Amino acid sequence: MTLIDLANPTKFLSLTSRILPWLAAATVILLLIGLTQSAMAPDDYQQGATVKIMFIHVPNAWLSMFVWGVMSLAALGTLVWRHPLADVAAKAAAPIGAAFTFLALVTGSLWGRPMWGTYWEWDARLTSVLILFLMYLGLIALWRAVEDPSRAARAAAILTLVGAINLPIIKFSVDWWNTLHQPASVFRMGGPTLDRAFLIPLLVMAVAFTLLFLTLHLAAMRNEILRRRVRALQMMQASQRSA
Amino acid sequence: MSLGPYASFIVTSYLLVTVVVLILIAWIAIDYRRQMTRLRELDASGVARRSGRSAVESK
Repeated sequence: MTLIDLANPTKFLSLTSRILPWLAAATVILLLIGLTQSAMAPDDYQQGATVKIMFIHVPNAWLSMFVWGVMSLAALGTLVWRHPLADVAAKAAAPIGAAFTFLALVTGSLWGRPMWGTYWEWDARLTSVLILFLMYLGLIALWRAVEDPSRAARAAAILTLVGAINLPIIKFSVDWWNTLHQPASVFRMGGPTLDRAFLIPLLVMAVAFTLLFLTLHLAAMRNEILRRRVRALQMMQASQRSA
Repeated sequence: MSLGPYASFIVTSYLLVTVVVLILIAWIAIDYRRQMTRLRELDASGVARRSGRSAVESK
């Protein structure tokens, strides 16, 4: 099967049914390894055991941006190449991205209370991630509000690309403004500043959560293709009855 | 493994992530079953895809 074959939803469904069990199994195995490593990681000399929140907060925060990145590529696919699966991919990813962003905000808040003394601060990083969460909700509402899928797809694609401006703002907010949030400690010039005892479990958890996203995304795309097939058949049925 | 004085924050974080991920999995699984049920109903009512294949056929 070539890449171009995946443009055919039926072939995509066939591929998905074959790879989903393997992806799900790999996700579970990697999550178990990551959670075990996280549980066994030493306490931080400043933060104590609360550093364990990092192992779930950071992967969710990365994915909140990664998923919008995936949706932005899909938006290009919708607007430029008119790929039949592009809108399906974007629409299926939005609720999953919203869930990861929600988890990044709440786990960050639960980490912030003991470390910063507050659950919330209107600083650049926290506020820009909150805006990202609201944009996810706005996109989901847009898809639900517009009944014609092709019109909804174009509007959502434009909104997604406009919203992508927020991604570098989130990433560099800790450098551009004076924020309560700590600066980047993994993806930075000069390499990670984290000790290996924390870095390895964090990277394993990040890969595990990325696999979790891929698994959920493929399954949600399959559902969206089936939903569109149901809609097409219902319209065909309605036209047959009226003829 | 001692979680120290902030154990409630750590445990709540992990529980919350677990609950949200489980809700996502359940929502996707329920949605799949719902779509397949609708397709089977359409198939039973005699509506066929333009390709002539069954509504529930994925190959």
